[in-house]
Amino acid sequence: MFRALAPPWRFALALAVSLLALGAILLAGSRSQSQSPPARSHLLGGGTTIYNETRNAFAQPAPGLEGMQELLFFVGNSFFNQNWVTAPASTTARDGLGPLFNARSCASCHFKDGRGRPPEFDGEAPTGFLVRLSLRERDLSGASLPEPNYGGQFQDSALERIDEEGDFRLRYETIKGEFADGMPYELRKPAIEFDNLAYGALHPEVMTSPRVGAQLIGLGLLEAIPEARLLQLADPNDQDGDGISGRPNYVRDEVSQRQVIGRFGWKANQPTILQQAASAFHGDLGITTSIFPQQNCSPVQLECQRAIHGGEPEISDDDLLKVALYLSSLAVPAQRDFDDPQVRRGERLFNEIRCGACHVDTHQTGIHPSIPALSRQTIHPFTDLLLHDMGEGLADARQDFEATGREWRTPPLWGIGMIDVVNRHSYFLHDGRARSLTEAILWHAGEAEASKTAFTELSATDRQALIAFLESL
Amino acid sequence: MKRLAIFAMIALLALAAGVSAADDDLAALQQDAIATYADIVFASYQDSLELASALNDALVAFVAMPDADSHAAAKAAWLAANEPYGQTEAYRFYGGPIDDEDGPEGLLNAWPLDEAYVDYVEGDADAGIINNTDDYPEITKELLISLNEVGAEENISTGYHAIEFLLWGQDLYADSAGQRSHEDYATAAKAERRGQYLLIAGELLLENLQDMVDQWDPANDEGYRGALLSMASDEAITKILTGIGVLAKSELAGERMFVAWDNQDQEDEHSCFSDNTHRDIVTNFMGVNNVYTGSYTRIDGSVVQGASLADVFDAAAAELNAEMLDLLAMAESQVNAIPAPFDQAIIDAEPRELVFNSVLSLQDLGDKVVELAATLDLVIDTALPE
Repeated sequence: MFRALAPPWRFALALAVSLLALGAILLAGSRSQSQSPPARSHLLGGGTTIYNETRNAFAQPAPGLEGMQELLFFVGNSFFNQNWVTAPASTTARDGLGPLFNARSCASCHFKDGRGRPPEFDGEAPTGFLVRLSLRERDLSGASLPEPNYGGQFQDSALERIDEEGDFRLRYETIKGEFADGMPYELRKPAIEFDNLAYGALHPEVMTSPRVGAQLIGLGLLEAIPEARLLQLADPNDQDGDGISGRPNYVRDEVSQRQVIGRFGWKANQPTILQQAASAFHGDLGITTSIFPQQNCSPVQLECQRAIHGGEPEISDDDLLKVALYLSSLAVPAQRDFDDPQVRRGERLFNEIRCGACHVDTHQTGIHPSIPALSRQTIHPFTDLLLHDMGEGLADARQDFEATGREWRTPPLWGIGMIDVVNRHSYFLHDGRARSLTEAILWHAGEAEASKTAFTELSATDRQALIAFLESL
Repeated sequence: MKRLAIFAMIALLALAAGVSAADDDLAALQQDAIATYADIVFASYQDSLELASALNDALVAFVAMPDADSHAAAKAAWLAANEPYGQTEAYRFYGGPIDDEDGPEGLLNAWPLDEAYVDYVEGDADAGIINNTDDYPEITKELLISLNEVGAEENISTGYHAIEFLLWGQDLYADSAGQRSHEDYATAAKAERRGQYLLIAGELLLENLQDMVDQWDPANDEGYRGALLSMASDEAITKILTGIGVLAKSELAGERMFVAWDNQDQEDEHSCFSDNTHRDIVTNFMGVNNVYTGSYTRIDGSVVQGASLADVFDAAAAELNAEMLDLLAMAESQVNAIPAPFDQAIIDAEPRELVFNSVLSLQDLGDKVVELAATLDLVIDTALPE
């Protein structure tokens, strides 16, 4: 939307921003020396930041897409949003759904390019929530072996005349606690139960991990953070003794067939946006790609194997690349209320209790190979993209390449204050167990134990300030 | 000196009075333009309903006596019914009655259609609800409604494109539309069930369009028309402009034209079974033009018109308004020049260029809507809502 403003407006806006900044500097100077000037811009996505506080805040193209890219964004958007259909269909570019699947479109789990949530009642239609399955054993690349009858993911939908894998139910256990000031809180811990299993029993040692779909803004910027920067932030043996020991995941790049650093997914198990998208097409929609060309059917799922497919692969490389372009260039909305004193105070507390040790605020992107607008930007995603031990409470006990069952990737925080507007819910963490940002913080343990404890020891006013800061992102 | 001060004061007062009178005029003009819009929306849904009703009659006659003539008449009625409906797509994208949270847009016009969910397809003779007597022993209205209400992830199997598929069949041909035979409703397997499905789809079309007519009926105190007219005019105009801005720039230029242009995939087009996509493009454009110029030509040839957005912007930003009218004229001639069938126009070199130029004009048009809105301090988002 920003890019659509006429030049005089852009100029006026720039002028207003400069005047505000000047005002802020003058104010800061006149008030006190101890109050440091704003170190960080509210333009979280650098030059590709947009101003949008509507439900479509996550669905905007990054300003500065060049030439045909702005139009090709539409093509990717179309393949992301539209339902896939049963093969064979007249619309050959859009057929090949399933035979087993979780959703008919990418957008059904990443609604408005935002975040999914757990079902609120048993059997609620897809809400952007799925369950990964695997065995303890791993293949040579480090990837976990799939469950023998059901594969790597539980698919609760299927084409007509093919049995869906079954149903699942979430049951929550309540955990009570209190802040240092005596204020009580409750957390809920999910357990998953399967029902109506259509393809035999689950393996007795199956490991399960529920996941929600994450918001998709700024992925191209994250992909453009130089690897050296991530390695510089890593401290696998905690040599600096701060109790925080981030380390990169090393995962298989299916295109280059090499082990490379992982950046995307809840366990950083995907190296690139392209592979993340191909993997989601395969696992979630049942759409084959040149990267994952096999139909997603286990050896016992014979109807699935025999079903008519929608071409080889079902989405062409050309269209897949446009989906990747689309995902790379979804813009990051600007921070809101950034000069509000409560928000400023919240950010100071965020840093004082060392949330920022993992949720690293600032990076410089390198050269993006195809989208110049994403190159050499100063960005504020609040992540180090590294794995951290988050304690037993959050553990899914499931290895994913180098990531142990207790380790999770630091998720970016940009946009989290907009989830409520875009997706109309406030469920956080990998399985959506946290019903608010406060609950999400309270689940932090392991390497984050000290920061979590410090949070519980803050006054109610300070806790509110910290949450107000998160909500401004 | 004193005299000069008094003179200056009088001049200032006169200027202020003039400005405020102009403001009042503009506000009144805006209200009139909103009323014209509501009149046009009502008339075009009435026309859509009338021709959907004629389609429904033709479907009843066809299923009762399926032969080549009744089949041709049903197809002609479908094509005719899409002419007014295509123009109503300019009322989408702002959470109005057609596509608010329980709006019927998806039930009327869902695309792409999951053909194999409805009926047989090439390579799968037993596909679809029509052939699935085990799970669906009887095809009833309740069944189709329930299958369309499976939840957020519903697989919509009714609406214009379902009827289109049931009349034309799959378009597997470069040189013609789908070639479904009328025997599908006479001697073919599951002919009776297919006929039942077609008739129910026709009835549901009428019910959903009737809802839209009711929402915009001036006689209905509970409808959306009243809500729109009693809104602050800024809010109403933002909605109206959002509808045409999103349709022109994102839905039509982006989703419907450029994606197909880029893919060159023969059936990646909206009316793929009937090869009527070229008319979808023209009627969508007409919808944008109707809304901006405050004039709609009804199916009986009469014209609904009144104070328009063009009048509002002529007063508020005359130069931009003139640019907008030029863009509309250019886009009109371009979209009308795109040859049928669209699935070939996106492949052959010469029409391909024309399609691309139309895309650019329609995008400029969407951008111009944003610029125009900004002159009234309104913010329009032309991105496609999901």
